[in-house]
Amino acid sequence: MSSANESFQHAIQARSGQDIRRCYFCQKCSLGCPTAHAMDLQPAQLLKLVQLGRKDQVLSAAAIWLCVGCETCGTRCPNGIALAPVMDVLKQMALAEGYGAAEPKSLAFHQSFVDSIRYLGRVHEISMLAEYKLRSLDLFADLGLGLQMFRRSKLALLPKRVKGLRQVRAMLARIQSREAK
Amino acid sequence: MKRVGVFVCHCGVNIAGTIDVKRVVAEASALAEIAYATDYQYMCSDPGQALLADSVEREQLDAVIVAACSPAMHESTFRKTAARAGLNPYFCEIANIREQDSWVHQTDGDAATRKAVELIRSMVAKITLNEALVPLALPIVKRVLVVGGGIAGMTAALDIANAGYPVVLIERAAQLGGNMARLSNLYLNLQPAANLLGETVHAVLAHPCIEVRTGTTVDELSGYVGNFTITLRSTAADGADSIRAEINAGALVLATGYDLYNKERLSEYGGGRCADVIEGLEFEDMLRPDGPTGGHIIRPSDGATPREVVWIQCAGSRDPQLHKAYCSKVCCMYVAKQATAYKRQHPDGQAYVFYIDIRSQGKGYEEFVQRAMADHSVLYLRGKVSRVYEERGKMIVVGADTLSDRQVEIATDLVVLATATVPANGSDDLARRLRVAMDEHGFFSEAHPKLRPVESITAGIFLAGAAQFPKDIPETIAQASGAAAKVLMLFTQREMVQEPTIAQVDEEICSGCGLCMPTCPYEARTMHAWRPWATVNAALCQGCGACAVACPNKATRVRNFTTRQVLAMVEELL
Repeated sequence: MSSANESFQHAIQARSGQDIRRCYFCQKCSLGCPTAHAMDLQPAQLLKLVQLGRKDQVLSAAAIWLCVGCETCGTRCPNGIALAPVMDVLKQMALAEGYGAAEPKSLAFHQSFVDSIRYLGRVHEISMLAEYKLRSLDLFADLGLGLQMFRRSKLALLPKRVKGLRQVRAMLARIQSREAK
Repeated sequence: MKRVGVFVCHCGVNIAGTIDVKRVVAEASALAEIAYATDYQYMCSDPGQALLADSVEREQLDAVIVAACSPAMHESTFRKTAARAGLNPYFCEIANIREQDSWVHQTDGDAATRKAVELIRSMVAKITLNEALVPLALPIVKRVLVVGGGIAGMTAALDIANAGYPVVLIERAAQLGGNMARLSNLYLNLQPAANLLGETVHAVLAHPCIEVRTGTTVDELSGYVGNFTITLRSTAADGADSIRAEINAGALVLATGYDLYNKERLSEYGGGRCADVIEGLEFEDMLRPDGPTGGHIIRPSDGATPREVVWIQCAGSRDPQLHKAYCSKVCCMYVAKQATAYKRQHPDGQAYVFYIDIRSQGKGYEEFVQRAMADHSVLYLRGKVSRVYEERGKMIVVGADTLSDRQVEIATDLVVLATATVPANGSDDLARRLRVAMDEHGFFSEAHPKLRPVESITAGIFLAGAAQFPKDIPETIAQASGAAAKVLMLFTQREMVQEPTIAQVDEEICSGCGLCMPTCPYEARTMHAWRPWATVNAALCQGCGACAVACPNKATRVRNFTTRQVLAMVEELL
């Protein structure tokens, strides 16, 4: 551990806007997290490992991909640390630095979601799910649930575009070019 | 025969809810000795006390028994009332029918009622054998001896001297100041300790009521509260000879402070083996502008600037197996302060703190520790360090971080051990000379952990500062002022009033066997200087009765609690 690893913490703090040093490890984030049961490292442990500069371990963790961004942790944190933006930064870093996604399906879902927005300016569930299934090669999962939703008119058959599609695409392009830097 | 009155208290429903008080009055009235019996809602209230006083006069009572709560609650209340009504206060006794009856027999009111009558009967048996007693009055020497010239002793000395009483302040070192003289800037506002201490030392030295004797220790103590004789031993100016001197004092304040646990006993942390493993006070020395490094933090082995510093908390504390079981209390805060000071001097350096828990209990303390973490980037690692070893000019600290569930290895330039705070070297010897009690760790014992935290078990000897238990400066000053207040309470009395219910020797029966002497916890029993019998020092005796039990021929008895009385009470209860 040295200043080289301290820069890992600094980078994450700068990009997420969250002061991780404030964490006093009360574990409130880990306890409230609805997906913590599936995580290999608990949210509080991730913060500690960031403090310790354990970059490899953090960026190759499945936990960062299992966070659904519900913000329960950040809402409850007594030190005002929002973990969701931290998790987003960690995901971006993992991809940018070649660690890949420890949970490929999660990445496939995120990509399908963003693609749907890129084509339509909004999410069209059926086409998004189709893309996700192709990306994840998990063709038959949750079929029954999908049918039920369809029967209750929760899934629109035809896609609809938003009016300002050009602006949405410009927005996405800008984000992507910033990430590339 | 004495005319005895009985007053049965309802205590609201506390007693009357379980005990049939009317039946108790009726059955008590039937007893031959009882001239008058009645009951009342709350005997301790003003009308209740008036009832007692009026009845004494009207019924011409010689003695009264109040059947009510524990004598610890209101015995003195009712004795004062009895005295106002013209009785000797020792002709007032309490029959405890609340704590020892109604409260413990709530499910059986009938039995509780019978027991109340029996308790009253036994008290009647006692009171008819009571003798009229007068409280003892003893003179007080209004001078105090303060042992220890650190911040605790000086604070107590100043408070007492400012009230106008003479103080003799002794310090075994050549100068006043104690451990505080080694401290740099103090948390929370990082003011230099030297400034605060300087003011206090100056005030002590300039005070007309304080006589400071440095290079002085206590040799011997005799006497008792209000009238101690202390033999002091001073090193002469030339350092060769020691001079003995005797002084009288009515009270003592013990403020002998602390030392740090010997770091050599922490060899797994490199204590005493590695030059770059130091203890908290040595780090303070480096932070002090007048210290050996001129205020610069350096690596002792080569004088280089340390790029990493690791603090190890609980070094020897909270380790019941190998070291000290207790928490040394001050380390969490001074480590946060030292790490902050290091980061201020070397913003590019890295500060690590290994801790088990952070105990920052004080106004603003928690915020201070949080600032060390958040504003000064001190990295806190929750876990113990297993070992420290030297490798290629660095200290390798191997520890656990239980939060990330990792083993951590840190290569560092300097390790600071927050070693346990222990009683000052020699305080066990002092405790024996003064006959004050010590706890299992050698700290002076307080008389009661909650209610009497500044008094020792020996009457007239008070405690201040870390000699009683580890404390930081604000706590030490609070306790020192508390001890001073206790001394002043003693000194503002014209003479000492002592309960007369103490041991007494029937010199004609006493065989002089001396069994009473080792039995007495207060050293109140001694043999007469030339007569063949044992005596009681009235100022020391607390009336516990241990000697009366030990006495083989019953020559010793406790006044108003004689064997005859106790047996008469038992007779009534059986």
